[in-house]
Amino acid sequence: MSTPEATGQPLLELRGINKSFGAVHVLHDVDFAVYPGQVTALVGDNGAGKSTLVKALAGIYPADSGEYLFEGKPVTVNGPKDSADLGIEVVYQDLALCDNLDIVENMFLGRELHRGSVLLDEPEMESKARETLASLSVRTVKSVRQSVASLSGGQRQTVAIAKAVLWNSKVVLLDEPTAALGVAQTRQVLDLVRRLADRGLGVVLISHNMVDVFEVADRITALFLGRVAADVPAKSVNHTQVVELITSGRSGEMGIAPATAAQSA
Amino acid sequence: MSVDTQTPSPAPAADPGFSGDQRATTVGGAVREYADKIRGGDMGALPAVLGLIVLLIVFSAIQPDTFPSPRNIANLTVQAGAICVLAMGLVPVLLLGDIDLSAGVSGGTASAVTALALANHGQSWPVAVVVGVLTGAVIGLLIGIMVAKVGIPAFVVTLAFFLGLQGVNLKLIGSGASIPVRNETILNISNSNMNVVLGWVVAIVAIVLYGLLALRKHQVQVKRGLQHGPLALVLARIVGLALLVVAFTAILSVDRAPAVGVVLAGVPWVVPLVVVLLIVLTFIFSKTSYGRHVYAVGGNKEAGRRAGINVDAIRVSVFAIASSMAAISGIITASRLNGVSPDAGAGNTLLYAVGAAVIGGTSLFGGRGKVRDAVIGGFVIATIDNGLGLLGQEAYVKFIVTGVVLLIAASVDALSRRRRTVTGT
Repeated sequence: MSTPEATGQPLLELRGINKSFGAVHVLHDVDFAVYPGQVTALVGDNGAGKSTLVKALAGIYPADSGEYLFEGKPVTVNGPKDSADLGIEVVYQDLALCDNLDIVENMFLGRELHRGSVLLDEPEMESKARETLASLSVRTVKSVRQSVASLSGGQRQTVAIAKAVLWNSKVVLLDEPTAALGVAQTRQVLDLVRRLADRGLGVVLISHNMVDVFEVADRITALFLGRVAADVPAKSVNHTQVVELITSGRSGEMGIAPATAAQSA
Repeated sequence: MSVDTQTPSPAPAADPGFSGDQRATTVGGAVREYADKIRGGDMGALPAVLGLIVLLIVFSAIQPDTFPSPRNIANLTVQAGAICVLAMGLVPVLLLGDIDLSAGVSGGTASAVTALALANHGQSWPVAVVVGVLTGAVIGLLIGIMVAKVGIPAFVVTLAFFLGLQGVNLKLIGSGASIPVRNETILNISNSNMNVVLGWVVAIVAIVLYGLLALRKHQVQVKRGLQHGPLALVLARIVGLALLVVAFTAILSVDRAPAVGVVLAGVPWVVPLVVVLLIVLTFIFSKTSYGRHVYAVGGNKEAGRRAGINVDAIRVSVFAIASSMAAISGIITASRLNGVSPDAGAGNTLLYAVGAAVIGGTSLFGGRGKVRDAVIGGFVIATIDNGLGLLGQEAYVKFIVTGVVLLIAASVDALSRRRRTVTGT
């Protein structure tokens, strides 16, 4: 299994990221790193800046200042297309699937394969979709040609994740993937998250659920009011400490100095 | 913590698949799937097909002498032509959940431009038709830009165009006047028939091509291990289509001249025109990325945007398609009426076309519907119009009946949508 210590070069690294929306300073000098083969959990209370950080990673809201490194090299990401080209895929909480299309059509939406210049290559797309689902050991989907409307919440999440890994992506960001799921479906999705990391991808898991976080995460990055309160191996902290980091930005020796925290409060 | 969750994933087998993966369905399975789909509220064109059969039986029973006669079937077909073309054009707009109330009148304007080009400017028919269709496309682009870029609801923009274009038509044609169409080719669309032999050749070629394509698709699906239906179902579809085409061609190949000594037989030219448009649009909307993107934006606009689809461009384009198809529909109507009057495309034209699309199974909520269904719906509407006309009913009855049918179709759409949200199919 992967070591909890941050070893080697991060796949993706943000240094000193700042982002403001008008007068509101949402992210303060945020450092964030994603390592290959590891699940990095991004935790924080509502309004801590998790979503903004993800959107900065995805290029939806480019950061005001700071460095963006991918595989050690500085890159500029100014739009979702730039991040997708680097191999960064985001699975949003609302999944962004089209109910009226089937699984294959959803997985290839916007990036359809063609035979010739205009004709859609349905056989190739269906085969590729099936291969991807098989490689993720998906057991719950009956047919790749069923419409997404007929899928359960867990299956939809599975399709959204499979869509993200279809493109040989290197980093996958999952925004609250288990928020709306039942026990068994949460289990399936967490297994899937672990398998992604085992394939060598860098996985970012955004979650409010500490049980989920401790179950799959290798590292935990806690945000508090737009600052990084802690970036630690999951093994080195316990549940209570993480909750303290989330709610007050400090836990014993860890966390933000009270004076600093007061500035942004 | 859970080290046990980290068991390595089993390597994909040589033939990739996942448990529960379903590829081939049997005839029974296909029937069951279809029944489930209908129960789940996804009825497609089924109500329209059943409705058409009922209407044909009822009108044939009430008017056994006139309604099922080859002459009336030919009339009905020509009447249906313009409705079908307009309805096919509306399908993409409805797929996005928008509406184009001005399509009928745009068609009137475009056909007036075509008629003027022919009558007053001495242009040849291809030039006149191209100018007319371009007029439609420009109107559609303007509507689309207002809707997508300015952000006015389509209902308001097209209502404004509905009024404004009637004024343009009055100005172009002059009140109380009419532009006659004398060009042979244009008149032939609705008033002339294919040679009987040619009609049969086209029918047979169409059946054979459809059969070959369907079998080829099935063969590829089997060979590559893709999901596919049973061969029996593919064959049944081919035979069903063949029977329909043969029966239709046979009826229209009977001499239907009212007087002895004259021969009037063959499939009206409007039929191959509708079929070609149907094939082209079906190809665009089911075999190209553009078509896929229209469905995607209609299903979930945000998902489309995140997938990198230019949502605004898609919205503009569907209005351009609708108005261009309306232009062709207007030219077909001008051919049938031998001219263009200032009220062309006003009145019930648009109601009929929207009714045709919705009756055929296109959802007013977007995302669902096929171009093919608009043609079936168009025949339902034309049958009602034609049948009630033969019964000697006054105009008010036609309006009320058509309005009621449209309401019923929209109710079926709304109720099945509710059912879909409940059952999640």
